[in-house]
Amino acid sequence: MPRHVAVIMDGSARWARRRGLPASSGHEAGVRSLKELVELCGKWGIRILTVFAFSSENWSRPKAEVEFLMGLFERVIEFELQNFSREGVRISTIGDSSRLPKSLQKLLNKAECSTKDNSRLHLVVAVSYSGKSDIAQACKSIAHRVRDGLIQLEDIDEELIEEELATSCCEFPCPDLLIRTSGELRLSNFLLWQLAYAELFFSEALWPDFGKAEFVEALRSFQQRLRRYGSRES
Amino acid sequence: MKTERNGHVYIVCALVVLEFYRLLPLTVLSGNGGSLMRFFLRKTMETESSVTGGYRRRFTGFLRKCMFSVLSMGPVPNHIAFIMDGNRRYAKKRNLQLGEGHRAGFASLMWILGYCYELGVKYVTIYAFSIDNFKRRPNEVQVLMDLMLEKIDELLKEESLVRQYGIQLYFIGNLKLLSDNVREAVERAMEITAKNNKLVLLICVPYTSTDEILHAVEESCQDKLDHSQAVKQTNGSTDHCNQTSQEDHEHDIKVVDIEKRMYMAAAPDLDILIRSSGETRLSNFLLYQSDKCQLYSPAALWPELGLWHFVWAVLSYQRSYSYFEKKRKQL
Repeated sequence: MPRHVAVIMDGSARWARRRGLPASSGHEAGVRSLKELVELCGKWGIRILTVFAFSSENWSRPKAEVEFLMGLFERVIEFELQNFSREGVRISTIGDSSRLPKSLQKLLNKAECSTKDNSRLHLVVAVSYSGKSDIAQACKSIAHRVRDGLIQLEDIDEELIEEELATSCCEFPCPDLLIRTSGELRLSNFLLWQLAYAELFFSEALWPDFGKAEFVEALRSFQQRLRRYGSRES
Repeated sequence: MKTERNGHVYIVCALVVLEFYRLLPLTVLSGNGGSLMRFFLRKTMETESSVTGGYRRRFTGFLRKCMFSVLSMGPVPNHIAFIMDGNRRYAKKRNLQLGEGHRAGFASLMWILGYCYELGVKYVTIYAFSIDNFKRRPNEVQVLMDLMLEKIDELLKEESLVRQYGIQLYFIGNLKLLSDNVREAVERAMEITAKNNKLVLLICVPYTSTDEILHAVEESCQDKLDHSQAVKQTNGSTDHCNQTSQEDHEHDIKVVDIEKRMYMAAAPDLDILIRSSGETRLSNFLLYQSDKCQLYSPAALWPELGLWHFVWAVLSYQRSYSYFEKKRKQL
Protein backbone atom coordinates (compact mmCIF):
# COMPACT_ATOMS: atom_id res chain seq x y z
CA MET A 1 0.00 0.00 0.00
CA PRO A 2 1.28 3.51 -0.66
CA ARG A 3 1.96 5.49 2.49
CA HIS A 4 1.02 8.81 0.94
CA VAL A 5 -1.56 9.28 -1.82
CA ALA A 6 -2.11 12.62 -3.55
CA VAL A 7 -5.16 13.42 -5.65
CA ILE A 8 -5.92 16.13 -8.20
CA MET A 9 -9.71 16.24 -7.94
CA ASP A 10 -10.49 17.32 -11.48
CA GLY A 11 -13.73 17.19 -13.43
CA SER A 12 -16.48 18.37 -11.08
CA ALA A 13 -17.55 21.27 -13.30
CA ARG A 14 -17.52 19.05 -16.41
CA TRP A 15 -19.59 16.43 -14.54
CA ALA A 16 -22.22 19.08 -13.78
CA ARG A 17 -22.19 20.46 -17.34
CA ARG A 18 -22.82 16.99 -18.80
CA ARG A 19 -25.93 16.71 -16.62
CA GLY A 20 -27.14 20.22 -17.39
CA LEU A 21 -26.51 21.24 -13.78
CA PRO A 22 -24.71 24.33 -12.43
CA ALA A 23 -21.00 23.95 -11.51
CA SER A 24 -21.94 24.17 -7.81
CA SER A 25 -23.75 20.81 -8.05
CA GLY A 26 -20.60 19.28 -9.46
CA HIS A 27 -18.52 20.57 -6.55
CA GLU A 28 -21.04 19.28 -4.02
CA ALA A 29 -20.97 15.87 -5.68
CA GLY A 30 -17.18 16.09 -5.50
CA VAL A 31 -17.35 16.50 -1.72
CA ARG A 32 -19.14 13.16 -1.49
CA SER A 33 -16.33 11.49 -3.47
CA LEU A 34 -13.77 13.03 -1.13
CA LYS A 35 -15.59 11.77 1.96
CA GLU A 36 -15.63 8.26 0.51
CA LEU A 37 -11.93 8.44 -0.33
CA VAL A 38 -11.03 9.66 3.19
CA GLU A 39 -12.95 6.71 4.64
CA LEU A 40 -11.26 4.20 2.36
CA CYS A 41 -7.77 5.58 3.06
CA GLY A 42 -8.39 5.38 6.80
CA LYS A 43 -9.69 1.82 6.49
CA TRP A 44 -6.86 0.57 4.25
CA GLY A 45 -3.95 1.96 6.23
CA ILE A 46 -2.90 4.82 3.97
CA ARG A 47 -1.24 7.30 6.27
CA ILE A 48 -1.47 10.55 4.33
CA LEU A 49 -3.96 11.80 1.76
CA THR A 50 -3.20 15.12 0.07
CA VAL A 51 -5.92 16.62 -2.08
CA PHE A 52 -5.67 19.51 -4.51
CA ALA A 53 -8.81 21.43 -3.59
CA PHE A 54 -8.01 24.86 -5.05
CA SER A 55 -4.96 26.00 -6.99
CA SER A 56 -3.52 29.51 -7.17
CA GLU A 57 -4.60 29.56 -10.85
CA ASN A 58 -8.21 28.90 -9.80
CA TRP A 59 -8.50 32.44 -8.42
CA SER A 60 -9.05 33.55 -12.02
CA ARG A 61 -12.28 31.51 -12.27
CA PRO A 62 -15.60 33.43 -12.27
CA LYS A 63 -16.09 35.29 -8.99
CA ALA A 64 -19.38 33.53 -8.26
CA GLU A 65 -17.76 30.09 -8.58
CA VAL A 66 -14.82 31.08 -6.34
CA GLU A 67 -17.17 32.47 -3.68
CA PHE A 68 -19.26 29.33 -3.83
CA LEU A 69 -16.17 27.16 -3.40
CA MET A 70 -14.95 29.18 -0.40
CA GLY A 71 -18.38 28.84 1.16
CA LEU A 72 -18.43 25.12 0.40
CA PHE A 73 -15.04 24.58 2.08
CA GLU A 74 -16.30 26.36 5.20
CA ARG A 75 -19.53 24.39 5.35
CA VAL A 76 -17.84 21.04 4.81
CA ILE A 77 -15.04 21.57 7.33
CA GLU A 78 -17.44 22.90 9.97
CA PHE A 79 -19.75 19.96 9.41
CA GLU A 80 -17.04 17.30 9.34
CA LEU A 81 -14.92 18.53 12.25
CA GLN A 82 -16.57 16.23 14.75
CA ASN A 83 -16.30 13.28 12.36
CA PHE A 84 -12.60 13.95 11.94
CA SER A 85 -12.04 13.73 15.67
CA ARG A 86 -14.10 10.59 15.95
CA GLU A 87 -12.33 8.87 13.06
CA GLY A 88 -8.83 9.95 14.05
CA VAL A 89 -8.32 12.22 11.01
CA ARG A 90 -5.80 15.01 11.35
CA ILE A 91 -6.38 17.91 9.00
CA SER A 92 -3.74 20.32 7.68
CA THR A 93 -3.81 22.89 4.93
CA ILE A 94 -1.05 23.96 2.57
CA GLY A 95 -1.06 26.98 0.29
CA ASP A 96 -1.27 30.74 0.50
CA SER A 97 -3.99 31.12 3.13
CA SER A 98 -3.67 34.94 3.13
CA ARG A 99 -5.92 35.07 0.04
CA LEU A 100 -8.71 33.10 1.70
CA PRO A 101 -11.67 34.79 3.42
CA LYS A 102 -10.88 35.59 7.07
CA SER A 103 -13.66 33.33 8.33
CA LEU A 104 -12.24 30.37 6.40
CA GLN A 105 -8.71 31.11 7.65
CA LYS A 106 -10.00 31.09 11.25
CA LEU A 107 -11.89 27.87 10.71
CA LEU A 108 -8.90 26.14 9.12
CA ASN A 109 -6.67 27.16 12.04
CA LYS A 110 -9.25 25.86 14.48
CA ALA A 111 -9.53 22.58 12.55
CA GLU A 112 -5.75 22.13 12.45
CA CYS A 113 -5.39 22.77 16.18
CA SER A 114 -8.27 20.59 17.28
CA THR A 115 -7.18 17.61 15.16
CA LYS A 116 -3.40 17.81 15.51
CA ASP A 117 -3.19 14.83 17.83
CA ASN A 118 -5.25 12.53 15.61
CA SER A 119 -3.11 9.86 14.04
CA ARG A 120 -5.17 7.44 11.94
CA LEU A 121 -5.07 9.47 8.72
CA HIS A 122 -3.47 12.80 7.91
CA LEU A 123 -5.64 14.72 5.43
CA VAL A 124 -3.70 17.54 3.79
CA VAL A 125 -5.83 19.98 1.84
CA ALA A 126 -4.05 22.13 -0.71
CA VAL A 127 -5.98 25.40 -0.97
CA SER A 128 -4.69 28.41 -2.94
CA TYR A 129 -1.62 26.26 -3.56
CA SER A 130 1.07 26.51 -6.22
CA GLY A 131 3.98 24.08 -6.44
CA LYS A 132 6.24 26.78 -7.85
CA SER A 133 5.35 29.25 -5.09
CA ASP A 134 5.96 26.52 -2.50
CA ILE A 135 9.51 26.13 -3.80
CA ALA A 136 9.99 29.93 -3.93
CA GLN A 137 8.87 30.41 -0.31
CA ALA A 138 11.20 27.59 0.79
CA CYS A 139 14.04 29.37 -0.98
CA LYS A 140 13.09 32.70 0.62
CA SER A 141 13.03 31.12 4.04
CA ILE A 142 16.45 29.52 3.52
CA ALA A 143 17.88 32.83 2.25
CA HIS A 144 16.67 34.60 5.40
CA ARG A 145 18.30 31.96 7.58
CA VAL A 146 21.58 32.34 5.70
CA ARG A 147 21.36 36.14 5.98
CA ASP A 148 20.73 35.88 9.73
CA GLY A 149 23.70 33.58 10.16
CA LEU A 150 21.54 30.65 11.36
CA ILE A 151 22.92 28.42 8.60
CA GLN A 152 25.85 28.63 6.18
CA LEU A 153 25.51 28.57 2.40
CA GLU A 154 27.27 25.17 2.38
CA ASP A 155 24.56 23.74 4.66
CA ILE A 156 21.91 24.09 1.95
CA ASP A 157 21.03 20.69 0.53
CA GLU A 158 17.97 18.92 -0.84
CA GLU A 159 16.87 17.79 2.62
CA LEU A 160 16.90 21.35 3.89
CA ILE A 161 14.75 22.53 0.99
CA GLU A 162 12.29 19.68 1.64
CA GLU A 163 12.05 20.71 5.28
CA GLU A 164 11.09 24.24 4.25
CA LEU A 165 8.34 23.16 1.85
CA ALA A 166 4.72 23.37 2.99
CA THR A 167 4.51 19.57 3.12
CA SER A 168 7.02 19.40 5.99
CA CYS A 169 3.97 19.09 8.27
CA CYS A 170 3.66 15.50 7.00
CA GLU A 171 5.51 12.46 8.27
CA PHE A 172 6.16 11.42 4.62
CA PRO A 173 6.08 14.59 2.55
CA CYS A 174 6.50 12.91 -0.84
CA PRO A 175 3.52 11.06 -2.30
CA ASP A 176 4.03 7.48 -3.47
CA LEU A 177 1.04 7.71 -5.78
CA LEU A 178 -0.58 10.65 -7.53
CA ILE A 179 -4.07 10.21 -8.98
CA ARG A 180 -5.55 12.70 -11.39
CA THR A 181 -9.13 12.29 -12.49
CA SER A 182 -10.98 13.44 -15.62
CA GLY A 183 -8.43 12.05 -18.07
CA GLU A 184 -6.24 15.17 -18.16
CA LEU A 185 -2.55 14.23 -18.36
CA ARG A 186 -1.00 17.14 -16.47
CA LEU A 187 0.32 18.05 -13.02
CA SER A 188 -1.11 21.59 -13.06
CA ASN A 189 1.44 23.10 -10.66
CA PHE A 190 0.76 20.61 -7.85
CA LEU A 191 3.52 19.36 -5.51
CA LEU A 192 6.23 19.70 -8.13
CA TRP A 193 9.25 18.90 -5.92
CA GLN A 194 7.43 16.25 -3.94
CA LEU A 195 6.35 14.25 -7.02
CA ALA A 196 9.93 13.42 -8.09
CA TYR A 197 9.46 9.65 -7.72
CA ALA A 198 5.71 9.35 -7.37
CA GLU A 199 3.87 6.87 -9.55
CA LEU A 200 1.33 8.78 -11.62
CA PHE A 201 -2.10 7.33 -12.34
CA PHE A 202 -4.51 9.07 -14.67
CA SER A 203 -8.13 8.05 -14.32
CA GLU A 204 -10.67 8.81 -17.06
CA ALA A 205 -13.45 9.15 -14.46
CA LEU A 206 -14.58 12.65 -13.54
CA TRP A 207 -14.01 13.41 -9.86
CA PRO A 208 -17.64 12.98 -8.69
CA ASP A 209 -17.64 9.54 -10.39
CA PHE A 210 -14.36 8.46 -8.73
CA GLY A 211 -15.33 5.84 -6.19
CA LYS A 212 -14.10 2.65 -4.58
CA ALA A 213 -13.71 0.73 -7.86
CA GLU A 214 -11.63 3.46 -9.45
CA PHE A 215 -9.47 3.82 -6.34
CA VAL A 216 -8.86 0.05 -6.25
CA GLU A 217 -7.79 0.22 -9.92
CA ALA A 218 -5.29 2.96 -9.09
CA LEU A 219 -3.91 1.02 -6.12
CA ARG A 220 -3.60 -2.18 -8.19
CA SER A 221 -1.70 -0.28 -10.86
CA PHE A 222 0.61 1.12 -8.17
CA GLN A 223 1.26 -2.31 -6.70
CA GLN A 224 2.27 -3.72 -10.08
CA ARG A 225 4.89 -1.10 -10.71
CA LEU A 226 8.58 -1.64 -10.11
CA ARG A 227 10.14 1.41 -8.48
CA ARG A 228 13.88 1.61 -9.20
CA TYR A 229 14.77 5.22 -8.23
CA GLY A 230 17.36 5.38 -11.02
CA SER A 231 19.26 2.23 -10.16
CA ARG A 232 18.70 -1.30 -11.51
CA GLU A 233 16.77 -4.12 -9.92
CA SER A 234 19.23 -6.86 -8.90
CA MET B 1 -13.14 21.14 -38.34
CA LYS B 2 -14.20 18.59 -41.02
CA THR B 3 -10.91 19.18 -42.89
CA GLU B 4 -8.99 18.58 -39.67
CA ARG B 5 -10.93 15.36 -38.99
CA ASN B 6 -10.32 14.07 -42.52
CA GLY B 7 -6.69 15.01 -42.10
CA HIS B 8 -6.47 12.88 -38.97
CA VAL B 9 -7.95 9.88 -40.85
CA TYR B 10 -5.30 10.21 -43.56
CA ILE B 11 -2.65 10.41 -40.86
CA VAL B 12 -3.85 7.16 -39.29
CA CYS B 13 -3.78 5.34 -42.66
CA ALA B 14 -0.35 6.68 -43.46
CA LEU B 15 0.92 5.64 -40.03
CA VAL B 16 -0.26 2.05 -40.58
CA VAL B 17 1.67 1.87 -43.86
CA LEU B 18 4.77 3.45 -42.36
CA GLU B 19 4.77 1.17 -39.34
CA PHE B 20 4.52 -1.86 -41.67
CA TYR B 21 7.67 -0.73 -43.46
CA ARG B 22 9.44 -0.04 -40.16
CA LEU B 23 8.53 -3.25 -38.34
CA LEU B 24 8.80 -5.77 -41.19
CA PRO B 25 12.63 -5.96 -41.19
CA LEU B 26 12.74 -6.00 -37.36
CA THR B 27 10.41 -9.00 -37.13
CA VAL B 28 12.33 -10.83 -39.85
CA LEU B 29 15.66 -10.17 -38.16
CA SER B 30 14.66 -10.68 -34.54
CA GLY B 31 15.62 -14.33 -34.57
CA ASN B 32 19.03 -13.76 -36.11
CA GLY B 33 20.93 -12.13 -33.28
CA GLY B 34 22.54 -8.78 -32.74
CA SER B 35 24.81 -8.50 -35.75
CA LEU B 36 22.04 -8.42 -38.34
CA MET B 37 20.10 -5.94 -36.20
CA ARG B 38 23.10 -3.63 -36.04
CA PHE B 39 23.57 -3.95 -39.79
CA PHE B 40 19.96 -3.00 -40.45
CA LEU B 41 19.98 -0.09 -38.03
CA ARG B 42 23.13 1.23 -39.65
CA LYS B 43 21.61 0.85 -43.08
CA THR B 44 18.45 2.72 -42.20
CA MET B 45 20.57 5.66 -41.10
CA GLU B 46 23.01 5.67 -44.01
CA THR B 47 22.26 6.60 -47.58
CA GLU B 48 21.00 3.44 -49.25
CA SER B 49 22.59 2.68 -52.56
CA SER B 50 20.08 0.07 -53.75
CA VAL B 51 17.24 1.19 -56.00
CA THR B 52 14.56 -0.48 -53.85
CA GLY B 53 15.89 1.12 -50.71
CA GLY B 54 15.85 4.52 -52.39
CA TYR B 55 12.23 4.18 -53.50
CA ARG B 56 11.21 3.02 -50.01
CA ARG B 57 12.89 5.98 -48.41
CA ARG B 58 11.36 8.45 -50.82
CA PHE B 59 7.88 6.94 -50.35
CA THR B 60 7.99 6.94 -46.54
CA GLY B 61 9.52 10.41 -46.59
CA PHE B 62 6.68 11.64 -48.80
CA LEU B 63 4.03 10.11 -46.51
CA ARG B 64 5.67 11.63 -43.47
CA LYS B 65 5.82 15.09 -45.08
CA CYS B 66 2.10 14.86 -45.90
CA MET B 67 1.28 13.91 -42.34
CA PHE B 68 3.35 16.74 -40.90
CA SER B 69 1.67 19.20 -43.27
CA VAL B 70 -1.69 18.17 -41.86
CA LEU B 71 -0.42 18.35 -38.27
CA SER B 72 1.01 21.81 -38.90
CA MET B 73 -2.52 23.08 -39.49
CA GLY B 74 -2.96 22.84 -35.73
CA PRO B 75 -0.77 24.18 -32.91
CA VAL B 76 2.75 22.74 -33.11
CA PRO B 77 4.51 22.20 -29.77
CA ASN B 78 7.55 24.41 -29.31
CA HIS B 79 9.33 22.27 -26.70
CA ILE B 80 9.16 18.48 -26.23
CA ALA B 81 11.09 16.46 -23.64
CA PHE B 82 11.84 12.73 -23.67
CA ILE B 83 12.67 10.25 -20.91
CA MET B 84 14.42 7.59 -22.98
CA ASP B 85 13.53 4.55 -20.89
CA GLY B 86 13.80 0.90 -21.89
CA ASN B 87 17.16 0.46 -23.68
CA ARG B 88 18.32 -2.27 -21.33
CA ARG B 89 15.01 -4.13 -21.50
CA TYR B 90 15.18 -3.87 -25.29
CA ALA B 91 18.67 -5.44 -25.30
CA LYS B 92 17.51 -8.25 -22.99
CA LYS B 93 14.43 -8.88 -25.16
CA ARG B 94 16.54 -9.24 -28.30
CA ASN B 95 19.52 -11.04 -26.72
CA LEU B 96 21.85 -8.13 -27.34
CA GLN B 97 24.73 -6.86 -25.25
CA LEU B 98 23.87 -4.04 -22.87
CA GLY B 99 25.78 -1.49 -24.96
CA GLU B 100 23.83 -2.52 -28.08
CA GLY B 101 20.58 -1.61 -26.35
CA HIS B 102 21.88 1.89 -25.70
CA ARG B 103 23.18 2.13 -29.30
CA ALA B 104 19.75 1.15 -30.59
CA GLY B 105 18.39 3.83 -28.28
CA PHE B 106 20.70 6.40 -29.85
CA ALA B 107 19.54 5.41 -33.33
CA SER B 108 15.94 5.84 -32.17
CA LEU B 109 16.84 9.25 -30.77
CA MET B 110 18.14 10.39 -34.16
CA TRP B 111 14.86 9.40 -35.81
CA ILE B 112 12.78 11.13 -33.17
CA LEU B 113 14.89 14.30 -33.35
CA GLY B 114 14.45 14.30 -37.11
CA TYR B 115 10.67 14.07 -36.72
CA CYS B 116 10.62 16.85 -34.12
CA TYR B 117 12.65 19.29 -36.14
CA GLU B 118 10.87 18.41 -39.39
CA LEU B 119 7.50 19.16 -37.80
CA GLY B 120 8.76 22.49 -36.48
CA VAL B 121 9.49 21.75 -32.84
CA LYS B 122 12.27 24.17 -31.93
CA TYR B 123 13.42 22.80 -28.54
CA VAL B 124 13.98 19.16 -27.66
CA THR B 125 15.19 18.05 -24.22
CA ILE B 126 16.35 14.52 -23.46
CA TYR B 127 17.05 12.80 -20.14
CA ALA B 128 20.34 11.16 -21.04
CA PHE B 129 21.67 10.39 -17.56
CA SER B 130 20.22 10.99 -14.11
CA ILE B 131 22.38 11.70 -11.05
CA ASP B 132 20.57 8.68 -9.56
CA ASN B 133 22.01 6.51 -12.35
CA PHE B 134 25.43 6.77 -10.72
CA LYS B 135 24.02 4.15 -8.30
CA ARG B 136 24.11 1.57 -11.11
CA ARG B 137 26.93 -0.94 -11.52
CA PRO B 138 30.22 0.85 -12.36
CA ASN B 139 30.65 -1.05 -15.62
CA GLU B 140 27.24 0.07 -16.86
CA VAL B 141 27.99 3.68 -15.90
CA GLN B 142 31.31 3.39 -17.78
CA VAL B 143 29.56 1.94 -20.86
CA LEU B 144 27.17 4.89 -20.84
CA MET B 145 29.94 7.47 -20.42
CA ASP B 146 31.97 5.86 -23.24
CA LEU B 147 28.90 5.81 -25.45
CA MET B 148 28.29 9.47 -24.66
CA LEU B 149 31.82 10.40 -25.76
CA GLU B 150 31.42 8.40 -28.96
CA LYS B 151 28.05 9.96 -29.76
CA ILE B 152 29.15 13.52 -29.01
CA ASP B 153 31.87 13.02 -31.65
CA GLU B 154 29.31 11.65 -34.11
CA LEU B 155 26.93 14.53 -33.48
CA LEU B 156 29.62 17.04 -34.37
CA LYS B 157 30.53 15.39 -37.67
CA GLU B 158 29.76 17.17 -40.91
CA GLU B 159 27.01 14.81 -42.04
CA SER B 160 25.24 14.64 -38.68
CA LEU B 161 21.79 15.89 -37.74
CA VAL B 162 23.34 18.69 -35.69
CA ARG B 163 25.10 20.15 -38.70
CA GLN B 164 22.24 19.39 -41.09
CA TYR B 165 19.66 21.24 -38.99
CA GLY B 166 21.92 23.84 -37.35
CA ILE B 167 21.24 22.59 -33.84
CA GLN B 168 22.66 24.29 -30.78
CA LEU B 169 23.67 21.81 -28.07
CA TYR B 170 23.21 22.50 -24.38
CA PHE B 171 24.36 20.04 -21.74
CA ILE B 172 22.16 20.56 -18.73
CA GLY B 173 23.02 19.35 -15.26
CA ASN B 174 25.69 19.22 -12.60
CA LEU B 175 28.63 18.94 -15.01
CA LYS B 176 31.09 18.89 -12.10
CA LEU B 177 30.01 15.27 -11.46
CA LEU B 178 31.30 14.14 -14.85
CA SER B 179 34.80 12.79 -15.31
CA ASP B 180 37.29 15.25 -16.84
CA ASN B 181 37.34 13.79 -20.34
CA VAL B 182 33.53 13.70 -20.63
CA ARG B 183 33.20 17.22 -19.23
CA GLU B 184 35.77 18.54 -21.70
CA ALA B 185 33.97 16.87 -24.62
CA VAL B 186 30.68 18.33 -23.42
CA GLU B 187 32.09 21.84 -23.10
CA ARG B 188 33.73 21.58 -26.48
CA ALA B 189 30.45 20.49 -28.09
CA MET B 190 28.63 23.46 -26.57
CA GLU B 191 31.33 25.83 -27.76
CA ILE B 192 31.34 24.48 -31.32
CA THR B 193 27.55 24.69 -31.66
CA ALA B 194 27.10 27.96 -29.78
CA LYS B 195 26.55 29.93 -32.98
CA ASN B 196 23.82 27.62 -34.28
CA ASN B 197 20.54 29.36 -33.79
CA LYS B 198 17.81 27.48 -35.62
CA LEU B 199 17.07 24.60 -33.27
CA VAL B 200 18.09 23.57 -29.77
CA LEU B 201 18.85 20.18 -28.23
CA LEU B 202 19.16 20.13 -24.45
CA ILE B 203 20.87 17.00 -23.15
CA CYS B 204 20.35 16.48 -19.44
CA VAL B 205 23.47 14.83 -18.04
CA PRO B 206 23.95 14.27 -15.13
CA TYR B 207 20.72 15.79 -14.01
CA THR B 208 17.95 15.68 -11.48
CA SER B 209 15.32 18.32 -11.04
CA THR B 210 15.86 18.56 -7.29
CA ASP B 211 19.57 19.17 -7.91
CA GLU B 212 18.67 21.86 -10.43
CA ILE B 213 16.37 23.57 -7.92
CA LEU B 214 19.02 23.24 -5.20
CA HIS B 215 21.56 24.91 -7.48
CA ALA B 216 19.09 27.73 -8.25
CA VAL B 217 18.37 28.19 -4.51
CA GLU B 218 22.10 28.30 -3.69
CA GLU B 219 22.75 30.88 -6.37
CA SER B 220 19.74 32.97 -5.30
CA CYS B 221 20.97 32.90 -1.68
CA GLN B 222 24.49 33.80 -2.75
CA ASP B 223 23.20 36.75 -4.79
CA LYS B 224 21.05 37.91 -1.91
CA LEU B 225 24.01 37.68 0.49
CA ASP B 226 26.22 39.62 -1.93
CA HIS B 227 23.51 42.26 -2.31
CA SER B 228 23.05 42.59 1.49
CA GLN B 229 26.79 43.03 1.93
CA ALA B 230 26.94 45.62 -0.82
CA VAL B 231 24.08 47.59 0.78
CA LYS B 232 25.81 47.38 4.17
CA GLN B 233 29.03 48.78 2.72
CA THR B 234 27.25 51.56 0.82
CA ASN B 235 25.00 52.75 3.63
CA GLY B 236 27.22 52.35 6.64
CA SER B 237 26.40 50.62 9.92
CA THR B 238 24.11 53.25 11.52
CA ASP B 239 21.48 53.09 8.79
CA HIS B 240 22.06 49.43 8.13
CA CYS B 241 19.15 47.96 10.11
CA ASN B 242 16.42 50.17 8.62
CA GLN B 243 17.84 49.98 5.14
CA THR B 244 18.25 46.22 5.27
CA SER B 245 14.64 45.50 6.17
CA GLN B 246 13.33 47.88 3.49
CA GLU B 247 15.71 46.60 0.84
CA ASP B 248 15.00 43.03 1.86
CA HIS B 249 11.30 43.49 1.27
CA GLU B 250 11.90 44.88 -2.21
CA HIS B 251 14.50 42.24 -3.07
CA ASP B 252 12.86 39.22 -1.47
CA ILE B 253 13.32 36.09 -3.54
CA LYS B 254 10.47 35.55 -5.99
CA VAL B 255 9.56 32.74 -8.35
CA VAL B 256 11.22 34.58 -11.26
CA ASP B 257 14.52 34.81 -9.33
CA ILE B 258 14.71 31.04 -9.01
CA GLU B 259 13.57 30.43 -12.59
CA LYS B 260 16.29 32.54 -14.14
CA ARG B 261 18.92 30.54 -12.25
CA MET B 262 17.66 27.13 -13.36
CA TYR B 263 19.82 25.16 -15.78
CA MET B 264 16.72 24.93 -18.01
CA ALA B 265 16.31 28.72 -18.21
CA ALA B 266 17.73 28.37 -21.74
CA ALA B 267 14.47 26.78 -22.90
CA PRO B 268 10.86 28.00 -22.97
CA ASP B 269 7.93 26.30 -21.21
CA LEU B 270 7.61 22.60 -21.82
CA ASP B 271 4.66 21.52 -24.01
CA ILE B 272 4.91 17.73 -23.99
CA LEU B 273 6.84 15.27 -21.83
CA ILE B 274 7.09 11.76 -23.25
CA ARG B 275 8.35 8.77 -21.28
CA SER B 276 8.79 5.49 -23.14
CA SER B 277 8.46 1.93 -21.80
CA GLY B 278 5.10 2.52 -20.16
CA GLU B 279 6.40 3.76 -16.81
CA THR B 280 4.29 6.66 -15.58
CA ARG B 281 6.55 8.68 -13.34
CA LEU B 282 8.88 11.63 -13.78
CA SER B 283 11.93 10.15 -12.03
CA ASN B 284 13.10 13.58 -10.93
CA PHE B 285 13.07 15.02 -14.45
CA LEU B 286 11.90 18.56 -15.21
CA LEU B 287 9.58 18.63 -12.18
CA TYR B 288 9.52 22.42 -12.09
CA GLN B 289 9.01 22.77 -15.84
CA SER B 290 6.30 20.13 -16.23
CA ASP B 291 3.65 21.95 -14.21
CA LYS B 292 1.42 22.61 -17.23
CA CYS B 293 2.73 20.29 -19.94
CA GLN B 294 0.98 17.33 -21.54
CA LEU B 295 2.27 13.97 -20.28
CA TYR B 296 2.39 10.87 -22.48
CA SER B 297 3.73 7.43 -21.62
CA PRO B 298 3.51 4.92 -24.47
CA ALA B 299 4.26 1.28 -23.63
CA ALA B 300 6.95 1.01 -26.34
CA LEU B 301 10.54 0.70 -25.17
CA TRP B 302 12.69 3.62 -26.25
CA PRO B 303 14.37 1.91 -29.27
CA GLU B 304 10.87 0.87 -30.43
CA LEU B 305 9.41 4.36 -30.26
CA GLY B 306 8.34 5.39 -33.73
CA LEU B 307 6.54 7.93 -35.82
CA TRP B 308 3.19 6.56 -34.66
CA HIS B 309 3.91 7.45 -31.04
CA PHE B 310 5.29 10.84 -31.95
CA VAL B 311 2.26 11.76 -34.03
CA TRP B 312 -0.10 10.46 -31.33
CA ALA B 313 1.62 12.63 -28.72
CA VAL B 314 1.26 15.70 -30.93
CA LEU B 315 -2.40 14.90 -31.68
CA SER B 316 -3.16 14.57 -27.93
CA TYR B 317 -1.40 17.86 -27.33
CA GLN B 318 -3.47 19.53 -30.06
CA ARG B 319 -6.73 18.12 -28.62
CA SER B 320 -5.94 19.43 -25.11
CA TYR B 321 -4.66 22.71 -26.50
CA SER B 322 -8.10 23.55 -27.97
CA TYR B 323 -9.79 22.68 -24.65
CA PHE B 324 -7.43 24.86 -22.65
CA GLU B 325 -7.63 27.73 -25.11
CA LYS B 326 -11.44 27.59 -24.85
CA LYS B 327 -11.21 27.54 -21.04
CA ARG B 328 -8.81 30.45 -21.06
CA LYS B 329 -11.17 32.51 -23.26
CA GLN B 330 -14.08 31.78 -20.91
CA LEU B 331 -12.20 33.39 -17.98
